[in-house]
Amino acid sequence: MTHQLDIQDLHVSYGSIRALRGVTFHIDEGQTVSLIGANGAGKSTTLNAVSGLLKPVGGRIRFRGQDITGWRADRVSALGLVQVPEGRQIIATMTVHENLIIGAHLQRTANTETLLDQIYGRFPRLSERHNQRAGLLSGGEQQMLAVGRALMMQPDLLMLDEPSMGLSPMLVNEVFDLLRDIKGQGISILVVEQNARKALQIADYAYVLERGVIAREGSAAQLREDPHILAAYLG
Amino acid sequence: MDAVLTPLLDILRPIGITEPVLQFMLVNAILGVSIYLTLHAGMFSLASAGFMAIGAYVGALLTQQSDWPLWAALLGGMAAAGVIAVPIGLPTLRLRDIYLAIATIGFGEVVRVLILNFDDIAASVLTTLQGERVRFRLIEGARGIKGIPTLTETWHLILFLIVLGYLLTRLHRSRFGRAMAAIRQDETVAANMGINVVYVKNMVFILSAVLAGAAGVFSAHLTRIITPAAFGFDKAVDILAFAVLGGTSTWIGPIVGAMVLTAMPEVLRFLKEFRGVFNGLVLLVVIVYLPGGLVNPAGWSRLWQRLGRAQTASPSPSTGVD
Ligand SMILES: Nc1ncnc2c1ncn2[C@@H]1O[C@H](COP(=O)(O)OP(=O)(O)OP(=O)(O)O)[C@@H](O)[C@H]1O
Ligand SMILES: [Mg+2]
Repeated sequence: MTHQLDIQDLHVSYGSIRALRGVTFHIDEGQTVSLIGANGAGKSTTLNAVSGLLKPVGGRIRFRGQDITGWRADRVSALGLVQVPEGRQIIATMTVHENLIIGAHLQRTANTETLLDQIYGRFPRLSERHNQRAGLLSGGEQQMLAVGRALMMQPDLLMLDEPSMGLSPMLVNEVFDLLRDIKGQGISILVVEQNARKALQIADYAYVLERGVIAREGSAAQLREDPHILAAYLG
Repeated sequence: MDAVLTPLLDILRPIGITEPVLQFMLVNAILGVSIYLTLHAGMFSLASAGFMAIGAYVGALLTQQSDWPLWAALLGGMAAAGVIAVPIGLPTLRLRDIYLAIATIGFGEVVRVLILNFDDIAASVLTTLQGERVRFRLIEGARGIKGIPTLTETWHLILFLIVLGYLLTRLHRSRFGRAMAAIRQDETVAANMGINVVYVKNMVFILSAVLAGAAGVFSAHLTRIITPAAFGFDKAVDILAFAVLGGTSTWIGPIVGAMVLTAMPEVLRFLKEFRGVFNGLVLLVVIVYLPGGLVNPAGWSRLWQRLGRAQTASPSPSTGVD
């Protein structure tokens, strides 16, 4: 069986810094996979290489059997492989509405209005603030907007880079509730997290990245019991 | 058109804006839009002067040597600038900020030097091909092309700008316009959202070149004479000043900036030799007090607030409370 996303022996460098040194993992249709690891382990680098923002120096990335290694980011997004980048990256000077419309860029034909209604239905707070500049939203609302914008693209696989970063515990719960909701729709999720406890609660399977290589992997239930993981990532 | 234009000129003439001045204001307004497009998509390009030169020379040759009507020469000049923009944009638009600015200044210099030496280069190529000495004179190097028919009329320019304004309004509401804005704000996000950043940037660069080409054709048929010196680095900086003075938050900004900077030396003619200083001074004041340019409501309201605060604070300066 072909995996939805299949990463083999991925190498990525920043000049002489070798950030990824042979990363191999895969995601199946509808699966929620978490990538955990310490600061600088290479989590963001992995996501950026998959989404096309970085060009790998070696290895293969396949999406539904198609080789997408080194593809331009817009072509990758067009396949339904959508990234919510680290630090939210909403467009601060545009309104909430305009940010969502940007997400609909790929939907040439589909009715943007229906999609917008769905997003506003799911995020009432965005609906209330649709004419407000996105930079003025709270951190949690910005995260909702970033996810909402990604959902406007009707992804098949959603990649999120530390969605809980900088959020209060209550908002972290809200974000993970949202992810559970998205998961329920059958959308596959690749979530990068430092908050391993939360990540392992919603993930089906997880990989642990250490200094550019996959050090451990297993079902979320297994990893929750793993003494090494407990010591290193669950505090 | 005359019914509107004559009374308008009657109003403007007493303050020093005669019809030729108005015509240059309008030509420069087109150049303002040309640089606005690139800036609006986050590209710091100073190539407009070079593309203006291409438009001017192609247009002038077409009317003078081949007797084309102005509208056809206009299309020819715009097309030439647009076609040349393709191989220029593809490699240079990978650069950003000041590096792109320097590369596009380089492009302007190459255009200028090519115009200067075009006849000599063509002569030596023809000499080698034909095996005998060939004399070639077409664009006359530094001396420039003389006796270009003055075909441009004020209403051509006004009509052109009206159509341009309509198209720009449409553009900003379009998918492409949103893509431009997204790229200016954040290229990475734009790419993640499925926007083909390379394509959009190159298309905008071509559109900008086409407009500069149009300005070149119009201006060549106003001045009768064109020389490469008129389209050099100075011109590139002048065009940038249009955008800086007017601001780039809307397309109206660079148009206003271009018209003000072009009109000011004429309006201030009574200041004699000091009037040259004035453009620089006004630019400086705007950069310091209205960083978003003249056409930027947010900037004005911020300035207004500052002035208001200064006034309410001045009666009791000793309290020390801000
Ligand atoms: N633009 C860059 N230039 C040079 N080195 C970089 C760059 N981005 C990341 N690195 C290096 O690559 C390695 C992996 O970085 P990456 O951002 O992928 O880590 P991460 O796991 O996402 O960390 P964090 O949890 O802090 O976000 C680090 O050693 C980092 O210093
Ligand atoms: Mg990271």
